[in-house]
Amino acid sequence: MVRLNIFLLLALVICSLGVVTSQHKARKIFQALEAEQERARQLEVEFGQLQIELSTWGAAPRIEKIAREKLKMTTPQAGRAIASAPTGGNAQ
Amino acid sequence: MMRFKGKVAHKFAESPLLQLRLPPWRSRLMGLLILGSFGVLIGRAFYLQVLNNDFLQEKGESRYRRDIEISASRGRIADRHGDVLAISTPMKSIWAVPPVARLTPEQTGQLASLLEMDVKQLSQKLSTDKPFVFLRRQIPPSVAEQVAALKLPGIGQDKEYRRFYPTGEMTAHMVGFTGVDDKGLEGVELAFHGQLLGQPGSRSVIRDRRGQIVEDVGSIKPPQDGKEVRLALDSKIQYLAYSHLKQAMSEHNAKAGGVVVLDVRTGEILALANLPTYNPNNREGLSGAQLRNRALTDTFEPGSTLKPFTIALGLESGKVRFDTIINCAPGRLTIGNATIADAHPHGALTVAEVIQKSSNVGAAKVAAMLPSQKMWEMFDDVGFGQVPRLGFPGEVTGRVRPWKSWRPIEQATMAYGHGISVSLIQLARAYSVFARDGDLVPLSLTRVDSSMPHGATVFSPQTARAVRVMLEMAVQPGGTAPKAQIPGYRVAGKTGTAHKLEGGRYANKYVSSFVGFAPVSDPRLIVAVMIDEPRGGKHYGGEVAAPVFAAVMASSLRTLGIAPDAPLVVAQTPKTTTPTVKARL
Repeated sequence: MVRLNIFLLLALVICSLGVVTSQHKARKIFQALEAEQERARQLEVEFGQLQIELSTWGAAPRIEKIAREKLKMTTPQAGRAIASAPTGGNAQ
Repeated sequence: MMRFKGKVAHKFAESPLLQLRLPPWRSRLMGLLILGSFGVLIGRAFYLQVLNNDFLQEKGESRYRRDIEISASRGRIADRHGDVLAISTPMKSIWAVPPVARLTPEQTGQLASLLEMDVKQLSQKLSTDKPFVFLRRQIPPSVAEQVAALKLPGIGQDKEYRRFYPTGEMTAHMVGFTGVDDKGLEGVELAFHGQLLGQPGSRSVIRDRRGQIVEDVGSIKPPQDGKEVRLALDSKIQYLAYSHLKQAMSEHNAKAGGVVVLDVRTGEILALANLPTYNPNNREGLSGAQLRNRALTDTFEPGSTLKPFTIALGLESGKVRFDTIINCAPGRLTIGNATIADAHPHGALTVAEVIQKSSNVGAAKVAAMLPSQKMWEMFDDVGFGQVPRLGFPGEVTGRVRPWKSWRPIEQATMAYGHGISVSLIQLARAYSVFARDGDLVPLSLTRVDSSMPHGATVFSPQTARAVRVMLEMAVQPGGTAPKAQIPGYRVAGKTGTAHKLEGGRYANKYVSSFVGFAPVSDPRLIVAVMIDEPRGGKHYGGEVAAPVFAAVMASSLRTLGIAPDAPLVVAQTPKTTTPTVKARL
């Protein structure tokens, strides 16, 4: 009887320790997950900010300004444009 | 050893009290009472812990469980190609609880410099007895971190979103803006508020001593970010429309102006620009004039741009034919005690020439052949006096009076666009009956991906085609708007020059307009231009609005890669080929 009790007590202690360890591990993993999710949110925010930046740099007024002032590009005069037929078509 | 006199010492067991014979029911009663009390206690415990345990459960959980809100961001607004027109990014707001926030002057100084605020202003805010004040809203997260690092008592921060409009004033009227609490206040932001709005979620968690989340308890309500709204707008065309309008505005010293570009096939609004405009990213000192989306919310007397509708109705009802001669001499027509005059007197004109030369007298004479009810119905059918049903805030119906109250002179003036008011978007849309084969296209703010929508038929295809020919004549030499021509494309359109009504009288102020479409062989785009009060010496639609039309139309056609349908005579047959060119060829 005593030996059975000691055996059961031992089993209980081992199980309890197991519970504690797994709980600890679960929390560790959960925290890692949290951290990654936070990072995902941060990246999403950054993505949004980069999109703002992209559309600011790529704004039509800026492109036109650079084209005209820096690259000295101009809209061709009517006389200098040649209309070509769409691909595959026959020019008249 | 001292002894107490008169008192007898006993051992407990020998106590005389124990010798008393008490009635046995007393001890039994006591026993029962104590047992009963235990029973009550057990019952109560059972009730609290098993039967009705919600309350205690909640109390217990509240000791370790925290509910946190998960914020959701507002949806983006993008143009048809997915380029961002409006986007939310998280910012921080700094608040204070003034009774708790007792800061040293040094701390106040630090905080003020971080928040870029006046020290005096800040300490004033902190010395109020209100329980809560916002010190500064929408500051960048990096600054907020520095504020948090100061660890000031009674100063906290919240996450909130700020809306950015990368395209700024160019698309301001279309996109609109939101208030500080992410509520749509104008434009698409207001019209599509429900769709853009995100639903914040929530979750219950257990935090450890260091404030880290260690476990989720209970159910998680995931946040729902607002949906993206894809507009029909093409930001490139929008830019072209905006910049050409801006140029024309300064050239003609005009008060205001608007341009609308429509896709003929789908009814999508590809561009909608208004001036004056504003920067939605910085809305200080805004005036109503800047905020108004004129193309949708302002009406004006369209003038001659309405003549094609009168003529089309004449053709449709068989009263006139393409080449019916209308005598417009001597350039004036008296109805009752009012006189209609042409800007330039004409002699006998065909119906087509009435449009080409824009004769008021001719249009009035055609209108006189038409029953007023028919004319009103036609105006109604092409959308005048009707809400455009875009769902855009503030869109107007314009004004077409009921036909029963029309006097002959009014019917005559309406024939050439006076005594009736429309918005620019209505006018642009109405022209789709000519650009398409007689049906009125439904407009759309958002991208239309389905197949070609079909509107209600107003005119027969034959009539639409006949009017198209007349409108093409109007931009050719001999017409009112040769400046609307575009090399390489066949263009059709009509000018409008209307006197402005001020205090019931026509003042010497004008609204110049031009509405047209191209390429005529297979119309793809409608462009409507309106310039309010040009004060640069010119005021005719053909001089002021037509060049803007041509510039916007030409660059838009090029941007969309629409094939030219007219030969470029000048470019293809150079008059003199120089030897160098020949050598290179």
